Amino acid sequence: MARVKYRFNTPAGKVFDAVNVTVLIAVGTIAILPFLYVLAGSFATEYELTTRPFFLWPNEFTTDAYASILSSSVFVRAFITTIAVTGVGTAIQLVLTALMAYPLSKIDLPGRRTIMSLVVFTMVFSAGLIPTFLVVKQLGLLDTYWALILPAAINPFSLIIIKNFFQELPKELEESAKIDGANELRILRSVVMPLSKPVLATFALFYAVGIWNDYMSPLIYLSDTSKWTLQMFLRQVTAASSLTGEDLGNELPPPAQGIKFAVVMVATIPVLLAYPFLQKHFAKGMLIGSVKG
Amino acid sequence: MATLIEAQAASGASAATLRPQNRRNVRETLARYRWLLFLMLPGIIYFLLFRFWPMYGAQIAFRDYIPFLGIEGSPWVGWEHFETFFTNPDFPRLLRNTLILAALSLFIAFPLTIVMALLLNELRLNILKRTVQTLVYVPHFLSWTVVVSLTGLLFAIGNGPLWTLLNDVMGTETNFLADPAWFRPLIVLQDVWKNTGWGTIIFLAALAGVDQEQYEAAIIDGAGRWQRVWHITLPSIRSTIIVLLILQTGQILNTGFEQIYLMSNALNRTVADVFDTYVYFVGIQQGSYSYATAVGLAKAIVGVILIFGTNWLAKRFNQQGIF
Repeated sequence: MARVKYRFNTPAGKVFDAVNVTVLIAVGTIAILPFLYVLAGSFATEYELTTRPFFLWPNEFTTDAYASILSSSVFVRAFITTIAVTGVGTAIQLVLTALMAYPLSKIDLPGRRTIMSLVVFTMVFSAGLIPTFLVVKQLGLLDTYWALILPAAINPFSLIIIKNFFQELPKELEESAKIDGANELRILRSVVMPLSKPVLATFALFYAVGIWNDYMSPLIYLSDTSKWTLQMFLRQVTAASSLTGEDLGNELPPPAQGIKFAVVMVATIPVLLAYPFLQKHFAKGMLIGSVKG
Repeated sequence: MATLIEAQAASGASAATLRPQNRRNVRETLARYRWLLFLMLPGIIYFLLFRFWPMYGAQIAFRDYIPFLGIEGSPWVGWEHFETFFTNPDFPRLLRNTLILAALSLFIAFPLTIVMALLLNELRLNILKRTVQTLVYVPHFLSWTVVVSLTGLLFAIGNGPLWTLLNDVMGTETNFLADPAWFRPLIVLQDVWKNTGWGTIIFLAALAGVDQEQYEAAIIDGAGRWQRVWHITLPSIRSTIIVLLILQTGQILNTGFEQIYLMSNALNRTVADVFDTYVYFVGIQQGSYSYATAVGLAKAIVGVILIFGTNWLAKRFNQQGIF
């Protein structure tokens, strides 16, 4: 603690610390200020939105924009679809990644080096958008939700990090399970998985956020507008110069400005709800097992 | 009991059992690793289907792909699509736009990340440090659709807060979202806002590993704050900086499709078109599959050369590379 003392005690040091604290508080504020503005705007009246350039508290509260969104059949369908695709997709992606990471964590697995080199190769070189699109087309996945899940099922970075994590688990536990007669499937389920919960939870959340936020896959693979996800709906609403009730599947036209604010909030809130859980683990999860090996 | 013997055999690991010399050994190896190989099967199928099959399909860059004839049935045209692309009047513009955006990211966003990590590292008040970190990581988790929509609301003509503020300061009536001169600044602004905070994580982790005694020794030797940063802190994150630089160099031609696509409009096309969006427009929208594949392939190959080139350079200068 003595260190802390002489860091602060020179006048120049004090000035630097004061400036540093101010700068970082400003940076932290800027990181969330746009969001707070949109939150306030989503509850403001059309009149206030067109007359006041900036506010963090509306003079007059209204929930018209949210009412318009929640009564929109187009939105409700997109929202439910996105939740379902995210849930199923995350489960599939995580299981596939973990199942592949586990055998690769065994140093004596035959062919391990070859497979690892091929995985790393896909990180450096990818065939590109069109050949992947043609594969998805050939598999008959165009205009299906599988196209949003399967082409990105295993992220090579995540695979390698999870593999490295498995590799660092104490070998004794697995060996004693083996002596007790457990096969590899059983060891994975009863020994490795329980020990890896925080890491797997972190990558589950990363996968979930990835699917939830994905705009490119639905843009490319879904031409049927009735299958659109939330991000596509969001884009349609915020990029439109004017929306009719028909665009939303409503009888009444939405509040022209307010709806844009409200729809941004609705698309963001689920991610923000997941954020505390993410934050608990991600720094550790990202760095754990990032040792070369 | 059999498992025990197997386990002992595996840990005893005579080299011969790992390098099977005849059919019996292959069978034995397969039997011993059957569960592991079985677990890996879905993953292997995934990589074959969605990562390697497209590489096989990329040969249509050298063919005139006609869906009806299939990949193998379409006629070979050699380098025709590449020649068309490199002699295309669009090519210099695409290259220029892509490189400028990459350079802006490399020379503005990347150093800002390091500066921010250093500032956070100097912050001794732990609660404040954690609060700032929590706040600056948030934008990383927002989708590009949300970020672009936020930009649209902040710069909305007539009532957007930043539209009002900037135009008041400059005394203009600029429509930032449509003005080609403002395209690049907005892209950099979004990039910095979304990713700078997140990018600090890896540096902060490297900084946390620095031996505190070095600082104490430096203080006793009379080193000031800047000297400590210059001689202890920065050298300790040098290898992290180099690895990230190598990775970023490999990404130079990848501008990030979603951000650019969502930010481009009819008025800023001259500065907004990059290779990634071009592949989408000519490939998916216009259906010129072979030509778009050639463009994508050219881009990917340059990326590989760049990443190995930087890695080689880093090693030549006695730094640790990534391979």
